[in-house]
Formats: sequence, C-alpha cells, structure tokens
Amino acid sequence: MCQRNEHSGQALSDEIVREVVFRVQRYSPGQDRPVTREYRVPVTRGMTVLDGLHYIRDNLDATLSYRFSCRMGVCGSCGMYINSFPRLACQTQILELNSDLVDVRPMPNYPVVKDLVPDLSQLFAKHREVQPFIIRNEQELEHPTAEFLQKPEELLRYLQFTYCIKCGLCLTACPTVATDPRYLGPQALAQSYRYCADTRDAGAEGRLRIAAGRDGVWRCHLAGACSEACPKGVDPALGIQLLKRLAVLRALSLKKPHSPAPVAGKRTGVERRPGIPQPPPPTVESR
Amino acid sequence: MREATLWTLHLAAGVVILVFLSIHMGIMHLEDVLTALGTGYRDALGWASVVMRNKQLYFTITYVILLAAALYHGLYGLRNILLELGPGPTAVRVIQGILILLGASLFVLGTIAAIAAYVR
Repeated sequence: MCQRNEHSGQALSDEIVREVVFRVQRYSPGQDRPVTREYRVPVTRGMTVLDGLHYIRDNLDATLSYRFSCRMGVCGSCGMYINSFPRLACQTQILELNSDLVDVRPMPNYPVVKDLVPDLSQLFAKHREVQPFIIRNEQELEHPTAEFLQKPEELLRYLQFTYCIKCGLCLTACPTVATDPRYLGPQALAQSYRYCADTRDAGAEGRLRIAAGRDGVWRCHLAGACSEACPKGVDPALGIQLLKRLAVLRALSLKKPHSPAPVAGKRTGVERRPGIPQPPPPTVESR
Repeated sequence: MREATLWTLHLAAGVVILVFLSIHMGIMHLEDVLTALGTGYRDALGWASVVMRNKQLYFTITYVILLAAALYHGLYGLRNILLELGPGPTAVRVIQGILILLGASLFVLGTIAAIAAYVR
C-alpha cells in the first residue's frame, strides 16, 4: 500500500515507523526574540525533513513559514540548520538523522525574515560583486555566431564549481562569515574562481581585484566547513585556495593572463550524416 | 594585488622563521648531537658562548633577518585578526599605521641591539 505525497509527489509507504519531535524555531517580525515550538510528527520511510514541515503546516500549525520549491535538491531554497548542521531539508531523510528529536532552525549568518525563512540578499549581493559571468570585449557575446572553443580538460578545471545551486549553506557553515560580515564568503569566491579558470573568459584581472582584495580570499582560515556542508559536493574551500594561487602568481608576474578561447570557425568539408534530421528553425528571430 | 603581495610575504616570512628557528633550536638544545658531529659547540647557554656568537657576523645577520621575518609574520597575522573584527575605513588606517610604526620601532631597536653586541 503506497500513497503519493501531495507536495513531493514521492511514493511513500503508509507504515508509520517512528514518531519524532520536531523542535522548530519560530520568529515573526516585531518579536523581541525567537521562540521554539515542538510538534509530534509520525514518520514513514522515505520522509524528508521538508515532508515533516509540510505535515506540520497541513495538520498542526498552518502559520509555519519556510521556503521550498523544487523538492529535489536542485533549487537550493530549503537550506536550514537541522540538528546543528546546515542541510537542505528536501535532501535530509528524517530516519537517517537517527534521532527522536529533529531540531530545525533558520540558517545562521543570515537575518531571519520569518520562522525558517532567511534573507539571502547578502548572498546574492556578494555573488553579483565577483562578476559571475563571462567577460569579453567583443561583439560575439551580444551577437553570437558560433560557440567558443574549449577542450574537455579545460572544462574539467572548473566543472565542479558550476554545480553550485546558491543555497547559501556554505556561508552558514563558514566561521569567518560568522565574525566578518564583509568577507565575500565561499560561494562568491568559488564562483569567482570558476569564471577566472574558464578559458572563454577574459575578465580575470578585474575579478581578481575584488576577490583578492582585503575582504576576499585572504580572510579564509581553511576551516573547510563550507566544503563539508555543500549538498552538491562542490569544494568551495579548494576554489578559494586555487584563487589564492592565481592571485599570487599574477601579483608576482609568474602567470600571464591567457588569451580567451577563440570562436569556432565555420565548418568546412563536414556533411550531415544521412538520416539525421535538420534542426527545427529558431523560434526567436535573431537580432 | 597589494593584498596578494602582502600574503606572499607572510608565507615567505614563515619559511624564513622555520629555517632560522630550526638553527636556533639546534644550537640551543641539540648540544650532544652537534658535539657528536664534531662542531665543537659546548655550553650553548653559557655567557661566554652567547658573547662569542654575538661577535660573529653570521649570527648578527641571522638575528636581524629572523627579527624582521618574525615581526612581519606576527604583525601581519595580528592585522588580519583585527580586520576581521569589522572596523571602518578610518579605523583600518589607524590600525595599519600603529602596526607599521610598532613593527618598524621594534625592528630598529632589535637591530641596534644586535649591532651593538657585535661591535663591542
């Protein structure tokens, strides 16, 4: 006998295998300090902390606020501090916590909007500050004619950092962010490295001026907590160290800026294999 | 790239400290080993030995280098700790000014002491 969770769409077993207590930190704007509330939640196999919060909201307390969207560890919306560790609620199985108590708090190092909803504007502002996009001074970016050429091994240099979903859990785990709010933090710095290491990019100089400034990579104490917390297996601490190396080599003039990857030329002497259909015409008119 | 240069110097100073502190510890505490190696070093902590080392140009130079490296390494680390407390731009300038002044004063003082011990 299976039922389908109305929020996650997952097939869930009916059998209640345990009952746990959710201790949830509650806060509403205007309150002096947050309070904790406890809810008894029946747990079935495969149930995540996010499912537990859905159960509370649907059956016990409709005023509970929390943020979620994709329910599958892709959007990064449901970052929370669960049993004293930064995790995505949708990826955390209640039974795997091996505890009768599930302590859920909003992510530390962020202002709280309400209950479990953090204000992530600082995260996005820092992300924007490091210029997380390809920079080239040419018309090709505005009016592309072909792709930029990049070898697979060049892609591998930064590939893991592209998996960042901007959930902000790394900033929650970072001890430097906890004490120095101006520190750019592991998310932004790892993204800075991601674009500096991209052979298609020509904007490393300007990006390094920000990322290797006083509030940049030099503030990292190598705690490695960011890498441990990342739900996507990205290693932001590694990105920061690689960025440090790049900044030092550039400062000592031991590494010159690379020439940005060229645009692929028009293919000649290549014909479509028989039987392979033509691509559909573009749905949007090119400018 | 100023910060990158300062950080590189911090690492370089750490290496210098490691090398010269190893020599210092070896001379001070591995007397039996040095004797066995035939260096002729005895009673490293005795007054005569201290004066004898001070009269050698090699030691005077290493004292000054070690002093410079230790001061830079320590004060740069202290600067980092203080900057992480989140001071404003004016406070940052004041902190840096005080640390540079402190470092330069201690370096001059230590260098004068090392040179005075050498020439006497």
